[in-house]
Amino acid sequence: MSVAVIRFSGSNCDRDTVYVYENLLKVSCSLVWQDEEKLPPSVKAVVLPGGFSFGDYLRAGAIAAHRPIIKAVKQFVDAGGPVLGICNGFQILCESQILPGALLPNNLGRFVCANVALEVSGGGQGILRSYAKDEKIVLPIAHHDGRYFATQEQLLRLKSDDLIALRYHQKDENGRAAINGSVDAIAGIFGGPNRNVLGLMPHPERRSELVLGGVEGLRMLQAMVL
Amino acid sequence: MVTKKARVIVNLRPDILDVQGQTIQASLQSLGFTDIKSLRVGKIIEIEMSEPVDAQTLKRIEKMSRDVLANPIIEDFTVETI
Repeated sequence: MSVAVIRFSGSNCDRDTVYVYENLLKVSCSLVWQDEEKLPPSVKAVVLPGGFSFGDYLRAGAIAAHRPIIKAVKQFVDAGGPVLGICNGFQILCESQILPGALLPNNLGRFVCANVALEVSGGGQGILRSYAKDEKIVLPIAHHDGRYFATQEQLLRLKSDDLIALRYHQKDENGRAAINGSVDAIAGIFGGPNRNVLGLMPHPERRSELVLGGVEGLRMLQAMVL
Repeated sequence: MVTKKARVIVNLRPDILDVQGQTIQASLQSLGFTDIKSLRVGKIIEIEMSEPVDAQTLKRIEKMSRDVLANPIIEDFTVETI
């Protein structure tokens, strides 16, 4: 059993994620470069970390989504392997069409860095099975392009198939996330053939140890390897 | 005319909130350009090919626009030779 953290040009918190697996969860974890065409054979879970790959040029995640490793990640997803996309990783999963929708610049027009209250709408399922449904948790966010958008058709499907994983607790009068304008206050969604993919804007690895203020993030990272 | 150059124009779809455009519009209005009704920002990508752009090459430029340069969920694009 080992975890692969994909490193792109401009990833961040990639080493933090390796630290969580190796030091806190005692699971072997390695960095895999964006230009590799295959995942190591022992890999049982994949994390796409945060960051600003390729300087967010063109669109956040757009260039990373076309690196060679993404083909291998797609095959891994289709085979039912657990994949977690954090922040830029979520943007890359959307740009590579592994997940539906897109992430646009925050509606307030600025970078936001905050601990935010979230509702675990997909609690009890997939990578979020160790959370109760609608459990309230706090996770840090740090992004400029976190406004989740999906076409009407995609949104209906997300709702009918119960694929909305996380929602921001604070909403505006239209039900959008107050902090970035995400439609239906969506902070994270499930995908893949068996809810084996989770993309989310918050950073669970930054809240995986009490010294960081809480451990709510640890449970989803742990569920990837259980 | 034989040209090796093409221009791809990428715009946010009309129903998508353009935060950058809104900010620029508000700034211009505060400078006295109060007659602006709407302002939206797009991208212009100029490409020079190694060979003249014929119908087949144009199709390939359209493919790169659809697959990479624009995201059809949020953006529209047009391709023209220049």
